[in-house]
Amino acid sequence: MNAYEIVLKSREKGRPTALKYIGSIVENFIELHGDRRFADDKAIVAGIGTISGMPVTVIGIEKGSDTHDKIAHNFGCAHPEGYRKAVRLMKEAEKFHRPVLCFVDTSGAYCGIGAEERGQSEAIAMSILDMIRLKTPTLTVIIGEGGSGGALGLSAADEVWITETSTYSVISPEGCASILWKDSSKVAEASECLKLTANDLLSLGAAERVLAEDGFSDSFFAGLKGEIYEFFKEKMKIPPEQLAEERYRRFRKF
Amino acid sequence: MKFDFRKFFFKKPKNELEGSENGVRTPESQFQDASIPEKLAEKCEKCGQIVLSDEFAANFGVCPKCGHYRKLDARARISMCADADTFEELFAEEEGGNPLNFPGYDEKLQSLREKTGEKEGVVCGIAKIGGVRCALFSMDYRFMMGSMGHTVGEKIAKTFEYATEHALPVVGFVLSGGARMHEGIISLMQMAKTSAAVAKHGEAGLLYISVLTDPTTGGVSASFAFEADIIMAEKGALIGFAGPRVIEQTIRQTLPEGFQRAEFIQEKGFADLIVERKEMKDKLALLLKMHCAEVLA
Repeated sequence: MNAYEIVLKSREKGRPTALKYIGSIVENFIELHGDRRFADDKAIVAGIGTISGMPVTVIGIEKGSDTHDKIAHNFGCAHPEGYRKAVRLMKEAEKFHRPVLCFVDTSGAYCGIGAEERGQSEAIAMSILDMIRLKTPTLTVIIGEGGSGGALGLSAADEVWITETSTYSVISPEGCASILWKDSSKVAEASECLKLTANDLLSLGAAERVLAEDGFSDSFFAGLKGEIYEFFKEKMKIPPEQLAEERYRRFRKF
Repeated sequence: MKFDFRKFFFKKPKNELEGSENGVRTPESQFQDASIPEKLAEKCEKCGQIVLSDEFAANFGVCPKCGHYRKLDARARISMCADADTFEELFAEEEGGNPLNFPGYDEKLQSLREKTGEKEGVVCGIAKIGGVRCALFSMDYRFMMGSMGHTVGEKIAKTFEYATEHALPVVGFVLSGGARMHEGIISLMQMAKTSAAVAKHGEAGLLYISVLTDPTTGGVSASFAFEADIIMAEKGALIGFAGPRVIEQTIRQTLPEGFQRAEFIQEKGFADLIVERKEMKDKLALLLKMHCAEVLA
């Protein structure tokens, strides 16, 4: 597959969304709502559950499955209150020294009047800042689109894993083609230039693991569950201050 | 005698009044003279009126006729706000490459370096403002509208790290269209890298003041611009996550007057104060002093 084919694949209808991952990997999931400031953003689903008995805080950007559901989840484009809810629950996880697992799948943070009025920039900025200094283990799995700042807001983690046909990019290839070349037909070329595929990200150090998708079978989810469990089990042995320092160095290298 | 309005309006250099060296005016020297008025006076981009260059400069790049704020380059901003002769540049040698081999990017960087005399889109260093020593960074619109790639992010992160090590406050003059897409994911990672450095500086109990100038958008607004203890916005500056054109295209609505301007940002609760350019230095100095002194002299 070339880069553009992967871009299309990452957005494909029927691809498992965050709720599918949560349902397959997390037991006893209890959703927790709201940012306690303004509203509950349904583009971000968050709560507490267990992975093989280990309590974890789970935060996922949910695109929705059918049309009705997609509208309800705003197509996975979060408002500021979504990021503020995520930060609130990350801090709660830190308080009880519980790992934080994020699933990222978004074309980008929502861009609209309300989002600007309620400080989209500030919400994402503080989400990055708070997440990057969190004194508890964190892992982000990119499961579709990793769209720019809206994705980074939940990706300032100890490690970033990405499924093989997912992308992670500073801008959509459409946006890049139209801004740089004033030609939206050059999307395929932009997809190549941006180095946004899972393998590109692995070689650039922006992702630690590429996950073979295996048609998103039951064994894919079971395997991922095992890997996440092992990852957190190891990270929980590291003193929280050292975790934050290692995370600092992870991002400092870029 | 025919009235020469140019002579009336624009000061001529002294040697013009004295005549050329050998007293003979060549057609070439007259041609050079004809270009002098352009250097002495400039047209305001906003109101179109002719303003003497000296007047523009004395007014910190604000049009005395209509109040339009011209963009200031990085060094002009520093010399406007720092105490005279106190600025010492740091990390001036930092120079980035083309990490993704993005087509045309090397050439673009090369031509900007030649045109601006700057290696990259941010100038960093230490200076005194109102007598208070601080670390500062100032972004340059001439360098791809202050967009942030590896080098811009690296210099800003280093400024925060230097300030943390030397227990200095940071004043950041922010001007940026956002992340530099030519560096793809590397530019996105700068948002995280700079945020981490801001966080450590804050954990050390040190002050960070960001000054958001026109424009502050995209990835820069969604990182260190909005992570400061005190967020100052320059009057009229465009500040937002998505640019107004992108929003209009997305929601297919015309945006209200003043949307995403500094005044709007303050009204919505995201900027501590709006400052006029001419009072910026004094406001910064006072805030810095109140954070470092127990009693003001």
